[in-house]
Amino acid sequence: MKYIMPAIRFKLFMIVLLGLIYPFAMTGISQVIFPRQASGDFLNRGGQVVGSRLIAQKFEKPEYFWSRPSGVDYNPLPSGGSNQGQASADLKKVVDERKVKLKAAHPDQTGEPPQDLLFASGSGIDPHISPGAAQYQLQRVAKARNITIEQVQKLIDQASEGRQLGILGEPTVNVLALNLSLDKAQGIETAPVLAPTPAQPAAPENATPSAPVETK
Amino acid sequence: MRINDYIQFIAYVALLIAITPPLGRFMAKVFQGEKTWLHKPLGWLENLTYKISGINSKEEMGWKGYAAAFMVFHVIGIIVLMVFQMTQAWLPLNPQALPNVSWHSALNTSVSFITNTNWQGYSGEVTMSYLTQMAALTVQNFLSAACGIAIAIALTRGIARRSSSTIGNFWVDTTRATIYILLPICVIFTLILVGQGVVQTFAAYIDVITLEGLKQTIGLGPAASQVAIKMLGTNGGGFFNANAAHPFENTTALSNFLQMLSIFSIGGALTYTYGIMTKSRKHGWVIFGTMLAMFIAFTTFSLMSEYTTNPVFNQAGIMEGKETRFGVFNSVFFSTITTSASCGAVNAMHSSLSPLSGGIAMVNMMLGEIIFGGVGAGLYGMLLFVLLTVFIAGLMVGRTPEYMGKKIEAREMTMVILAILAPCASILIGTAISAVSPAALSSLANKGPHGFSEMLYAFTSAAANNGSAFAGLSANTLYYNLMLAIAMFIGRFAIIIPILAVAGSLAQKKYSPPSAGTFETDTGLFAVLLVGVILIVGALTFLPGLSLGPIVEHLMMIKGQTF
Repeated sequence: MKYIMPAIRFKLFMIVLLGLIYPFAMTGISQVIFPRQASGDFLNRGGQVVGSRLIAQKFEKPEYFWSRPSGVDYNPLPSGGSNQGQASADLKKVVDERKVKLKAAHPDQTGEPPQDLLFASGSGIDPHISPGAAQYQLQRVAKARNITIEQVQKLIDQASEGRQLGILGEPTVNVLALNLSLDKAQGIETAPVLAPTPAQPAAPENATPSAPVETK
Repeated sequence: MRINDYIQFIAYVALLIAITPPLGRFMAKVFQGEKTWLHKPLGWLENLTYKISGINSKEEMGWKGYAAAFMVFHVIGIIVLMVFQMTQAWLPLNPQALPNVSWHSALNTSVSFITNTNWQGYSGEVTMSYLTQMAALTVQNFLSAACGIAIAIALTRGIARRSSSTIGNFWVDTTRATIYILLPICVIFTLILVGQGVVQTFAAYIDVITLEGLKQTIGLGPAASQVAIKMLGTNGGGFFNANAAHPFENTTALSNFLQMLSIFSIGGALTYTYGIMTKSRKHGWVIFGTMLAMFIAFTTFSLMSEYTTNPVFNQAGIMEGKETRFGVFNSVFFSTITTSASCGAVNAMHSSLSPLSGGIAMVNMMLGEIIFGGVGAGLYGMLLFVLLTVFIAGLMVGRTPEYMGKKIEAREMTMVILAILAPCASILIGTAISAVSPAALSSLANKGPHGFSEMLYAFTSAAANNGSAFAGLSANTLYYNLMLAIAMFIGRFAIIIPILAVAGSLAQKKYSPPSAGTFETDTGLFAVLLVGVILIVGALTFLPGLSLGPIVEHLMMIKGQTF
């Protein structure tokens, strides 16, 4: 076969060009012109990395805004969704439980909880909630922190983003940025410490039950 | 649908139409060997490639030579990819010390990435080292796309050339597609993506203590450079498991919009290239228009399904598996684009779409991904149906069918039918075997018809070289790794080899000028007939299978039934 040697040599050359030179060059240029974005947009407090602006964290305390439910319990290794179908009995059960829990935690709210707080995200680490989901939690957070609704509303506005270029996507509120600014407004500026492990429930309550998350 | 949905829909279609002529014209120049403005900065790289690889760029190949070079290159590709995966623990750029990949997972992934499928039984962030992602997977993202374009160009030459024994040079076509088209666009696209927040770093994963005092490990990597070619080359294999739903892989609504546009850009523009190279631009636009009309129809149907109230939850636009920043519209829109093309990237979990939306995703793949389609694959897949339509039209009027001045005879039709039926057969047979195999059924995550859909989707995705999934299915098992590898292999090569045979056979034919009885292929009537043929073939083949999966699930769901 006269094509074997050209095939091997062509493949090796392409590995050097596309597999080494191209990604290294792109990394070098990116790190110079977009150092924050290229590295994952990490946020610091008290001299310690407390998370990425783009990766959701688990929030269960009343003084924090809660992220959307996660199919992977906010552990992005690996990321993914629940992959439950829309006629799944398991999904129905989990969503009903979330609804009960949300209503109990928000006695001031009369309406149904917003959709994005009932259903798990695609990545399992969706860093945003909808403006409606922020409004739903507003009174609870203000009460738990003993600050006024107006103060919290101001911080929500700061953590909100509209549609990009006015038309693309949906309006969002960044949960981690919002919670950091809430802490800061109350003078909490020290690095968080690892919670004692027994405090963590063995089976996370707001994760959907399916473990396998292979996604394309 | 809301006003904002219409605006985004229209903006997308308008931009797609706008970039088609310039990109199509540019590609025609590249593949006809003309000088473009990129030859000055990059011409040396093309020549260097030939020199280092020992390629004679002047050589013209017949269809058998072209097919031989194509096959040899793919076998080498499988071996190289397997070696990288099975030795990564001992190689550099592996900050997480990830172990070597099992042989069957490595085989599946290798076949997957050389066939432009990019089905992933593995989860990127816990399986592949940075070196494997770059030097094995990113490279193959480029090359499988370039090979797809090369095959489409070879078929185009076969149709355009007269009394010729050759259809071009495989190495030259692949090199030019890589150096003048894919690489320059990816360099710019990567930087735009990074600006939006897609990560591009060699740093190790970062451990953080969250505000509530929990530990979280956040995966990183040189993602943007791979994401650019993953979308542009309709590959679709995610750097991270959640693919384009992961905020590090698709950060903003703008990055999402550009990723969606890049999926269709080359597939759409190739119809224009085809029009130029065959000197029948109007026919090129008829093909583009047919694709666009089908895309709009299927997407609208899928959106209507997702926006219809689901009686189980008594809500419409269920957000399960969707990201807040994209919302319902951009999730469903992405799902039809990625399955119309053979991309397979996902920004929402397809398994959690409404049953009929998930069904539309399957239908898009089952029809052969001829709606813009994979780069190259969309055009040559559509041309199969064009030849079939011309043939059927010829039978109806009782004349020897002609296409572009070439008589279409038994040999061509045999090859066309083989290429259309081979992937259909592997979908149906693969699903049927799985439905009675305990090894297959133990991987299902959902019960009832949705569980069946998981298997049907997997084999459809593999045979159509798409790569998206109803991802509840635990596919990283010996059974699925091997079965789906076979389906992917058939889905690629049982189409491409017959296509090249058709190209070789048509190239040899003499030109016979059109007469009054020739069926015109650059009219709206032809487009209607073409759509009819596509839908009839698809419906006859797949309606029973779809009835057992998404259709019955939908019918039960609207009565409030859960599984």
